Amino acid sequence: MKGKFLTAFVLVLAISIVSVPVFAHHGTAAYDMTKTVTLKATITQWVWSNPHCVLMFDVTDDHGQTVQWTAETENPSSMIHQGWTRQSLKTGDQITISVFQAKNGKPIGRIVEVLLSNGQKLPGRGLQGPIKAEDYPKQ
Amino acid sequence: MRKRLVALEIVLTALAFSPIARCEPMPPQSGAVKGQEAAPAAPAPSDFDGWGRPVTGPPKGQKSAPAPRHDISGIWEPGENPLHVLGVLGASAMPEDGKPEHQPPYTALGREMLNRTKPSSGARSVLPAETNDPVFACEPQGMPREDLYEFRTTQIVQTPVSVLMLYQFNRVWRVVWTDGREVPQDPDPRWYGYSVGKWVDDSTFVVQTTGTDERTWVDRAGRPHSGDLRVEERFHRVDHDHLELTVTIDDPKMYTKPWVAVDKLPFYLQPPTFDIREMICSPSENAAYNKLVGDTASDKDSK
Repeated sequence: MKGKFLTAFVLVLAISIVSVPVFAHHGTAAYDMTKTVTLKATITQWVWSNPHCVLMFDVTDDHGQTVQWTAETENPSSMIHQGWTRQSLKTGDQITISVFQAKNGKPIGRIVEVLLSNGQKLPGRGLQGPIKAEDYPKQ
Repeated sequence: MRKRLVALEIVLTALAFSPIARCEPMPPQSGAVKGQEAAPAAPAPSDFDGWGRPVTGPPKGQKSAPAPRHDISGIWEPGENPLHVLGVLGASAMPEDGKPEHQPPYTALGREMLNRTKPSSGARSVLPAETNDPVFACEPQGMPREDLYEFRTTQIVQTPVSVLMLYQFNRVWRVVWTDGREVPQDPDPRWYGYSVGKWVDDSTFVVQTTGTDERTWVDRAGRPHSGDLRVEERFHRVDHDHLELTVTIDDPKMYTKPWVAVDKLPFYLQPPTFDIREMICSPSENAAYNKLVGDTASDKDSK
């Protein structure tokens, strides 16, 4: 059922594991890191906190039902590196958000990117574009 | 498949912390006035400190002054390689990536103890709700894990009789005694053990730590240690602006020979006004995170 309703509002299902990186403080074993899911959403809560910041948002499925999503990103200290702040997101903001969804199909994810209504992009943990060999860190 | 996921985790994590993944630096400001020679442009900010103030990275194309004698004091930002700094896959010189060459030389007991740990990343990773990593329950990192996981900005303070290490993660501090004492014989174990340090040359400070608590993991990959563990930290100040750290693990009960866990981890000096960011493991915040995300993603919730 979940897979069916998702298809209606998934804007992009990219088999692009290299599009945006994600750091794994608590690991990535719970997430399907092989594809991103992109959703139009309304923010209900933005938790700026350790160990990971958490964004809660509503998504309307193709039956008009509201699905409550939760997506995590990194700790505030690391997110500051990315240009995020406690004020980056507010309840009621309309956004387009890309996530790696939980393997169990629940509306849980790791944030890949948030696109604000003013066009500003907030990267979950990373950069846009394909990974290049020279990007890989040297020992 | 598992190896592919581990490799993916390495690459994604590395890129996440690469310089180009950070905030876009501001364009250099031109302070030139007509008729006057333009001053060299100040380096663009590459990061922000705990007060949100921009700070600059290490000077590029500019030769650093020589290292001062017997002095490693200052606020040090670790290098940009996240595998080294954050220890995502365990000890950076021995990452738990499934490669045989990255297996520490376990004894039979060491292997048995390793199998009791359930790390949340690397080749043996489990779901978030299934890990028994003590640090994820906000237990102390202890030594040597303080050097091997979440090793972020660190302030080093020197007194006439000691060297103090002030760490960002959990605002932990250590005392390394330099008053000539030796490490104690058969001491009561402590999370951070007992540390003494000596200068072995003008710019190299070597710390020995013993008496650590067996409950801690060596690193995030769950490598074990016994009470017989001996940790050597070798701080080498390359020049005024750069410091390197090498960490060696010696524990005959768990490993057949000493092994290098961190190999010349680079740090660069920050201005003395740098405000170290706060990062603390709070049990209540941890519980809230697990309730919102970790347990649900691991199917340990009631949804």
